Amino acid sequence: MVGVRLDDLLSSRHQNHRLTLAARGAWTARNAGRLAALIAGLPPSPAGQKAQILDMSGVEELDTYGAWALEQLIGARKALGETVEVKGLAPRFTGLVEAVLQARNEKPIEPARENPVAAWVVEVGRTASEAVTDLKYLLNMLGAVGSAVIATLKKPSSFRLTSTVHHIDRVAWQAVPIILLITFLIGCIIAQQGFFHFRKFGADQYVVDMIAILVVREIGVLLVAIMVAGRSGSSYTAELGSMKMREEIDALSTMGLDPVTVLILPRVTALIVSVPILTFLGAMSALYGGCLVAWAYGGMSPDIYIARLQEAITLDHFKVGMIKAPFMALVIGIVACAEGLKVRGSAESLGLQTTASVVKSIFLVIVLDGLFAMYFTAIGI
Amino acid sequence: MSAEIQQPAIAVRDVVVGFGDRVVLDHLSIDVQRGEILGFVGGSGSGKSVLLRTIIGLLPKRGGTIEVLGRNLDNLDDDDRQAIQRRWGVLFQHGALFSSLTARQNVEFAMRENLHLSDAQMASIATTKLAMVGLTAKDAGKMPSELSGGMTKRVALARALALDPEVLFLDEPTSGLDPISAAEFDVLIRTLQKTLGLTVFMVTHDLASLHTVCDRIAVLAEGKIVAIGPVAAMLKSDHPWVKSYFRGRRAALIDPNIHNQSI
Repeated sequence: MVGVRLDDLLSSRHQNHRLTLAARGAWTARNAGRLAALIAGLPPSPAGQKAQILDMSGVEELDTYGAWALEQLIGARKALGETVEVKGLAPRFTGLVEAVLQARNEKPIEPARENPVAAWVVEVGRTASEAVTDLKYLLNMLGAVGSAVIATLKKPSSFRLTSTVHHIDRVAWQAVPIILLITFLIGCIIAQQGFFHFRKFGADQYVVDMIAILVVREIGVLLVAIMVAGRSGSSYTAELGSMKMREEIDALSTMGLDPVTVLILPRVTALIVSVPILTFLGAMSALYGGCLVAWAYGGMSPDIYIARLQEAITLDHFKVGMIKAPFMALVIGIVACAEGLKVRGSAESLGLQTTASVVKSIFLVIVLDGLFAMYFTAIGI
Repeated sequence: MSAEIQQPAIAVRDVVVGFGDRVVLDHLSIDVQRGEILGFVGGSGSGKSVLLRTIIGLLPKRGGTIEVLGRNLDNLDDDDRQAIQRRWGVLFQHGALFSSLTARQNVEFAMRENLHLSDAQMASIATTKLAMVGLTAKDAGKMPSELSGGMTKRVALARALALDPEVLFLDEPTSGLDPISAAEFDVLIRTLQKTLGLTVFMVTHDLASLHTVCDRIAVLAEGKIVAIGPVAAMLKSDHPWVKSYFRGRRAALIDPNIHNQSI
């Protein structure tokens, strides 16, 4: 019985109840896939043959991949209870083959596969318990900032004024153009929609009341808070996170400085100062946008618009809007800084924590707005 | 074939690199022969890493030519450039491991992009490669943030060797390692260089690795190569920087005989 399989890399010859193998050509990385397939497809040895001969003299090039393939071949035959005798391997390759054979004592460890349903249930449970831990963590951060405020009040010289001013510049001053633009556009849109729908039942006059109350009480502060969370909260998280990654925060602590006083208090203070200012500017810009649309689209002269505005807005409405601003700033600052300090070693965790910071602060800002709405309704303003 | 053997693995000719009005490399030329380990030294900020980054194409040059494995890197189209990049491996100073992948996935990364292998085959080869640089299968499942400095360098070396390159660039491979790990790393580089027949271009500050590993040493000062040759030639050099480097106090600590010659 004679059977011959030829290939430019590995050929087998079946003769006189003996199987012999001959390797040729380039046993290198670019042929690794084919080599693996050829080895898997080798015919079984005839019954009784316990030793095979592999002639490697035709191999011109060999790298780690080739040596690995050779090891695979030997291993596959060993699993069948056979031994392989390698012949004719060029001396310049022997060192590499020995190194690989030695290294192959290490077998890859596959991570255990989980049941997807169980993994999902575990994930839900973990997320739920993390929500509680998260809340504790935020309260901790709030407490740390509170105690830093008390320490600063006792010793005012320890307050970082320069740093605070720098952050106010970034959070408030540099944000003015984009905040003005966005609130202006929202003011225009509310006015246009108001005129379009109210006109149907002749309530044009009340559009101004709607714009005034909506903008001054709710939309102004909420829009600004969301913008600030996305613009400044995210940058706080990324800054503190990368400082954490480069051990800058550890360096501060070892110098006897409290990272909360040095890094977090100025940032939170800057937010608390900036958000009310931005809220005021945003509200004015939205009212101005509403005025322009009322004039151009609603046919209401600016004089009438301003007169209606004076009737619609009471000091209470204005107070309601402004009182909320510093609390929202505090929530954004606490969440952003807390998430920043949670960053671990990898770039991925920095990204995750920055996303978490923005999502959580926007969520909490809206929840807080709801709580304020309930409170102000209860006290009747 | 014979012409290829005579050709240097890396040939740098008249290369000029600068930032703004500061010229870092001033008409620098250097050859790295096939199969040798060339140690590249110079003071901090003298432009060692700049040359390495220029050769591998991360920094633009203002003039001169660079040939790697007989190909002029300026005249390559995208496919040829990728083909050349697959024939070299780079070990960055801080490892530059992908932080979202495990050690083994870091090594598998280049295979996944360039070779047609099944996942099990890649896992098997990557584990072999990691074992060759001295890491166990357990370490292979760790994330880069869980690895020590020495292990990070080993994984980075395994990743640089993932596609069995012909040329290996090492940027300060032993910096930040303790002397024992550094010595082990030197031996590892030497062994791998011998078994795989690599050409190694190594930027280093480590006098011990220069003595034990390098076939030749090149010294960079004032933007030029001021001395090149084996350690013996360095010890004879009259250039003041070379003198103070190889025969200074630190060198005397390693080899007390040196100090006698220095004055």
